[in-house]
Amino acid sequence: MSIHKQKTFRVLAVVLLAMGVTLSVAQADDDDRDERYGGRYGEKYGEKHSGKYGGENRGKPVQPAQTNAKFQRECSDCHIAYAPGLLPAESWRKVMAGLDKHFGSDASLDAQDNKEITAFLVNNASNRWSASTAPLRISETAWFKRKHDDHEISPAVWKNPLVKSPANCAACHPRAERGDFNEHDIRIPK
Amino acid sequence: MFRVFYASGLALMAIVGLAAQPAFAETPNEILASIQKEASGTAGSQGFSAARGESFFKAKHGGEWSCASCHTDNPAAPGKHAKTGKAIEPLAPSANAERFASPKKVEKWFKRNCNDVLSRVCTPQEKGDVLAYLLAVKK
Repeated sequence: MSIHKQKTFRVLAVVLLAMGVTLSVAQADDDDRDERYGGRYGEKYGEKHSGKYGGENRGKPVQPAQTNAKFQRECSDCHIAYAPGLLPAESWRKVMAGLDKHFGSDASLDAQDNKEITAFLVNNASNRWSASTAPLRISETAWFKRKHDDHEISPAVWKNPLVKSPANCAACHPRAERGDFNEHDIRIPK
Repeated sequence: MFRVFYASGLALMAIVGLAAQPAFAETPNEILASIQKEASGTAGSQGFSAARGESFFKAKHGGEWSCASCHTDNPAAPGKHAKTGKAIEPLAPSANAERFASPKKVEKWFKRNCNDVLSRVCTPQEKGDVLAYLLAVKK
């Protein structure tokens, strides 16, 4: 190989590498975009705790690689089975300890099922939650509020009967049931 | 000799047949019978009445909801969770073979739903009346 050809080869390799990097940035989780604007949102949500969203960040990934059949079955009777990574472990402990008064409904389980599902939720809870808070509602977390604030979602969207409530993830996130909230799949009903 | 063989063959078939049954699966009538057994031990128990079950099912009992709030006035039709809007499969066994087939599930949902509708547990009489009604509903 001539010196000239070697040079061309090197340039080509560099270009390809650069393209790869660009591509992975484009596909990256939208978190990275927030990180780049971290200062602004950091200010808004206070810096009293370390980490993004004041330490109230959902896990990554939100849905663990392995699911649990009992969790899937029992938690999807009345609503979708919310992915464990959306809340910290302490929130899940609280939710599971109060199932007899679950947001206005009795959702109690027998002791064995409760124990098994609690263990699954706690083991797969958010791994990026550094705050000492433990909200019961996913919609009360700082990450949720930031991602669904008036800049992102027009207030009119929430009034649409097809959306009904912030608890109705699947209204706009078609793969929410599988713990997939990829921004590119969002379909806001008209 | 043949008879012994025949009898043991039958016994074997019975055992295999039992083993092939899914664990704890029962029929709605078997579940009704066990509620009946429970009811007969309580004071003032009477036979189950589908008519009484129907009015119980459709009435509010001092709270916000009736059974029909989620299951609709026609238990053979699909319902919708009054709060979350999630679809609910039909409740009447004539329209949904999975209903009243698992005692554990029946117990779980009577506890939850009676608490939501009546703020207390249901009596065996009330449960029996409701199941008698649901069994009478035709698709």
